[in-house]
Amino acid sequence: MSEYQLPTTAWPSSYGDEAQPRVGFFTDTSLCIGCKACEVACKEWNEVPEDGLDFLGLSMDNTGGLGADTWRHVAFVEQQVQVQDAAEGLRWLMSSDVCKHCTHAACLEVCPTGSLFRTEFGTVVVQEDICNGCGYCVPACPFGVLDKREEDGRVWKCTLCYDRLGDGLEPACAKACPTNSIQFGPLDELRAHAERRVDALRDRGEDQARLYLEGPDDGIGGAGAFFLLLDEPEVYGLPPDPVDTTRDLGETWRATAGAAVALAAGIAGALLWGAR
Amino acid sequence: MSDRQAAVSPRPGRDGRPMVPAAEPRSYYGRPVLARPVWTWEIPAYFFVGGLAGACGPVAAGARMLGNDVLARRAAAVGVAGVAISPVLLISDLGRPERFVNMLRVFKPTSPMSVGTWILSTFGPAAGIAAGWQLLGLPGRRAGVPAQALAAITGPMLSTYTAALIANTAVPVWHDARRELPFLFASSSAAAAGGALTALTPRGSAGAARALGVVGAAAELAITEVMERRLDQRVRSSYRTGAAHRPHQAARIATAAGAAVVAALGRRSRMAAVAGGVALCAGSALTRWSIFQAGRASADDPEQTVGPQRDRIDGREPVKPAPGERLDVPADAPPAPSPADGPPAPSASGPGMPDAQDHPVAPRRGGYRSPPGS
Repeated sequence: MSEYQLPTTAWPSSYGDEAQPRVGFFTDTSLCIGCKACEVACKEWNEVPEDGLDFLGLSMDNTGGLGADTWRHVAFVEQQVQVQDAAEGLRWLMSSDVCKHCTHAACLEVCPTGSLFRTEFGTVVVQEDICNGCGYCVPACPFGVLDKREEDGRVWKCTLCYDRLGDGLEPACAKACPTNSIQFGPLDELRAHAERRVDALRDRGEDQARLYLEGPDDGIGGAGAFFLLLDEPEVYGLPPDPVDTTRDLGETWRATAGAAVALAAGIAGALLWGAR
Repeated sequence: MSDRQAAVSPRPGRDGRPMVPAAEPRSYYGRPVLARPVWTWEIPAYFFVGGLAGACGPVAAGARMLGNDVLARRAAAVGVAGVAISPVLLISDLGRPERFVNMLRVFKPTSPMSVGTWILSTFGPAAGIAAGWQLLGLPGRRAGVPAQALAAITGPMLSTYTAALIANTAVPVWHDARRELPFLFASSSAAAAGGALTALTPRGSAGAARALGVVGAAAELAITEVMERRLDQRVRSSYRTGAAHRPHQAARIATAAGAAVVAALGRRSRMAAVAGGVALCAGSALTRWSIFQAGRASADDPEQTVGPQRDRIDGREPVKPAPGERLDVPADAPPAPSPADGPPAPSASGPGMPDAQDHPVAPRRGGYRSPPGS
């Protein structure tokens, strides 16, 4: 477990004996068939309200993206590709997106009430009895995962089925996934499996196959929910190099302190000038 | 509608007929990567009001120390008025206003909003007590002087922490300006406080207020320029197009005009002092409004999120204006080519509508998607 220490929080030591192995999702998009069972199962289990039955005209995607009322979102990317030498073909990329449960979670770090917290499983969850709907986590998230449920006033997102984890069950989306595109388990096991899977795909000539957010070296320290993608992340609506905004907070606070001192000095100067 | 952008934009093949595009989506149907801030007008209004009140803290203390009681009383009054309005604005923006007190459960240095809650909670009572002492003689010197000192210390923090708050987000136009925004907020607060006090104070006692307003306005204009020049060209477009453009221009005009009027005529004419002071306040408020609008536009535009990140991965330099280059080119003019850009200058499409032709990317690593010779 030492590999998954979360430097910005006391996890898992803060949980003492109750700490659990860090769990997460490995979403293998090469296996996704776009059935949206994950979206449905998530809504059902978590009692996420209906948020409009829309026709967006974006391939088969009618939910559009993650939000307060969409905690799993299946993206459908249509690509024209050249197959063999001459023929044109259509390639369909499908990917089920979800909260990344970041190692360095900006939402958790900026939350001014402590509503967002790190669970004993290393996941990131909003405590709905604490959240006062300040909205700070919404623009802090580098993936645009969190949003405010307007009629409710609070912020909602994937809990990685915290209630199910407590009972030893896997999250609803992983349970419902018919192709095992969504895999749930201890993160170190998922990572080892994902490495083997991406190697196997590359051996088969799928040389754009790549893992996304799998390691601790990226701007969020690695995700609890990581992905195998078949093209660049932005193609799926994912940021190619996401950064936890609080990584730069030292610089921001230094500039802020400098500005406060400059303001005080400017006021002192103006007062002395006015008192001549 | 950016939502409606086709995933693939075909472009002509070598023989002229539309065929396999080297183009591929640089975004997912042009949809935002980030979530748009859910804050409403109360938040930029608070940035202005809180900034103004904060700057009045040290003015009230310093003017009293220097014997300018006329100015000190007005500064104390403006400060306490501002700090009385601020929590109303903040709490009414909450999704669950009755839970505002949950802000006081924790103190988190990683959350500028948490830090700011405590700054406001310190400044507010201090400014209130200090104003009572300065205006009514209550509760007396023994409590009034330390309260005034505390307000003087926490006031500049109140004026500037809000910049750290928005800079500490994933929104490119805010986060990438994290070194400049605090100074912009400080100078804008100085201009607002100087303007308000110039308007409210008899001319003979308002010299310091005029100086503060003029110097703050000059700094505000200069720092805005510096900030825009340091931003990546795609990110800067948040200020140059869309909902932020007009307030951004109007802010600079009002700030410059207010400073000019106060500097030239503020000493001779009370009318001019009032007009100039109001213009300085309007400029400061418009500055905050344009920054707020730019943040919304920036979050909505996947190009601003993806473009600089992709450049970072591929080792390309950010696209920035050359020294001396004018920034106020029309939004739809082709951006100047950058030496680091490599392939020919892209033609700008609308915000939020990037396509592959606009954003040359690193050569593909082969694969069946790349037609030979394309």
